[in-house]
Amino acid sequence: MPVVQGAELRSEDLARLTEDLPLARGLGRAYGDAALPAPNDRLIAGTTLADRILSFDPDTGVLTAEGGLSLDELCRLFLPRGFFTPVSPGTRFVTLGGMVACDVHGKNHHREGTFGRHVLSLTVRTGAGDVVRCSPDEHDDLFHATIGGMGLTGVILTVTLLLARVPSMAIVEESERAEDIDQSLDALKSASAQWPMTAGWIDCLASGRHMGRGVVFRGRWAEPNEVPPSPRSLPRNLSVPIDVPGWLLSEPTVRAFNALIYWRYGVRGRSAIVHPYTFLYPLDAVSHWTRLYGSRGFTQYQCVLPDGSGRAAVTRLLSVLTRRGGASFLTVIKDCGAEGSGLLSFPRPGISIAVDLPMRHGTQALVDALNEVVIAEGGRIYLAKDALTRREHFQAMEPRLDAFLAVRRKWDPEQRIRSAQSVRLFGW
Amino acid sequence: MVIRPANVVVLGATKGMGRAVARRLAERGDRVFLLGRDLGELRLSAADLKARSTGPYEVGIAQCDLQRPETFGTALEQAETALGPLDIVVVTAAQFATQDRLEQDTDLAHRLLTVNFANTVMFCELARKRLIARGGGTLCVFSSVADERGRKRVVLYGASKAGLSGYLEGLDHRYRHAGLVTVCVKPGFVTTSMTEGLRRPPFAGDADAVAKRVLDAIDRRKPVVYAPAAWAFVMFWIRLLPRFVMRRLDF
Repeated sequence: MPVVQGAELRSEDLARLTEDLPLARGLGRAYGDAALPAPNDRLIAGTTLADRILSFDPDTGVLTAEGGLSLDELCRLFLPRGFFTPVSPGTRFVTLGGMVACDVHGKNHHREGTFGRHVLSLTVRTGAGDVVRCSPDEHDDLFHATIGGMGLTGVILTVTLLLARVPSMAIVEESERAEDIDQSLDALKSASAQWPMTAGWIDCLASGRHMGRGVVFRGRWAEPNEVPPSPRSLPRNLSVPIDVPGWLLSEPTVRAFNALIYWRYGVRGRSAIVHPYTFLYPLDAVSHWTRLYGSRGFTQYQCVLPDGSGRAAVTRLLSVLTRRGGASFLTVIKDCGAEGSGLLSFPRPGISIAVDLPMRHGTQALVDALNEVVIAEGGRIYLAKDALTRREHFQAMEPRLDAFLAVRRKWDPEQRIRSAQSVRLFGW
Repeated sequence: MVIRPANVVVLGATKGMGRAVARRLAERGDRVFLLGRDLGELRLSAADLKARSTGPYEVGIAQCDLQRPETFGTALEQAETALGPLDIVVVTAAQFATQDRLEQDTDLAHRLLTVNFANTVMFCELARKRLIARGGGTLCVFSSVADERGRKRVVLYGASKAGLSGYLEGLDHRYRHAGLVTVCVKPGFVTTSMTEGLRRPPFAGDADAVAKRVLDAIDRRKPVVYAPAAWAFVMFWIRLLPRFVMRRLDF
């Protein structure tokens, strides 16, 4: 089990703090080692106290805030005023800086692209020590390398972005069951042609004829007249109080859980008006849900298989997973739209697949096997979720790497900014 | 009862618990005016509060440095000019350093004792006069649970806060009839940048949870409030410990 020793130092004055500590960590929701110190480094800058809103214009929706502001806080403040993040990952416990650094995507990727598409400008404390404002028109190389750059071009001090206007505080959600992988992908594709938000859940333990069976979810913001007078309140938050023993999340329990989800959404699907959090952040409703994986924990694996490689590629990847018994609690598929402008931005047109992988003896070998499929299909992996990919595998799937490293070298000539992940994947 | 929206002055709102208190005040629609050392920081915090405020109010700022008592009068004057008569004055600003550092650096120790006790009291005196002159109001000052027992790790800091708490209790007794409500806040260990790098004890709290309790105490005119709440229980037992036990404990 890889262990990284380190500590986090936080301050409201992020600009001063990062004079000495060039690697930043936000709310720590990345599944891998992106925000962990490199070997021989120990301290990293925690950004969460730098969380001020610096300006907001309700006429245009342009918001400028410090990089440590959480999406949770942004939602809490702006949803009642009719504004929402243009792109949302699967949890609201992330910071703006982290959303830029990972160039996050969400259920609306096929329409709205990644978060970076909605970012107007950034201020960055570079590895060389300067505070630089960048945008598509000003130091555009730094701007595009920072979007999706995993914090390796500098610490994101402030973010200016365009919030989306929403008509209500509710989402119309529909779900539809699919009996195999073909049906799942078809349902996802046809949903995305009409709906602004889509994603699919797959029962990764179903094999043979039922491989890839699952439920496809589609959603849109409700119009004000659709929302019932007493709006749907959120169900009470549940919490996992302690680390659960490892055997609890074993194949039989995952199998039972998957069957439960599958049968809950009836054959004909269902439609409901739900709170946006219920639709967008189902896991946030269970605090400390990661404790379900016990003290050994888990990692995630997410890749995108390009449109050109076809459905067979998805089947090949899933069969590697089922064959090696990667009992994933949640397997999520999403059809991605156009590639973003970030030099290392993850999504590209194709099918993205995300799985939870409990950390155990064979996990490294499983990730290696999955990566070999991804390389063969011309796909790539999502760095925000990666803990185990090998350097040679990453280089084989990332032709954009040299362009990124050139920009990184320019703004950080002494190579001060390093994370455990960057050392593992890029060598520095 | 304070009529809302209240006119509130906060000294120390750019960071930590002060930031959290000011945010909650602004979000419930109170009119907030910020005092602090660094005008640049004050401007950024004022922008933050304005974006969060539910009222159509500007958030004013003025420079006020607890190390320089000559700044107190003009700062409060500016606040009252901007807001009108003050309803609530909140003081969260203070200095902190570990006992080891204070023992090594006598100048720092002197400065901390002056800022946390003498100068904070002088600021409160000016604020108190303004509050009473308009018929009463609330003076809410952040002391610390370190004020209750002399402890090895906070000898000097604790002494400065003990003095401050004593002053606030006296004010309460002397001026409650004139309409002055004092709220002495006793935070236990709260994870803010002030305590960054210190070992996190049990019952540690976060700034926003403290702020919630503080606003509640202001509204309910409670003279003393522990935050997080568990510290009321912890301090009850610590107060009972005999000296020979305290001498042996290392906290």
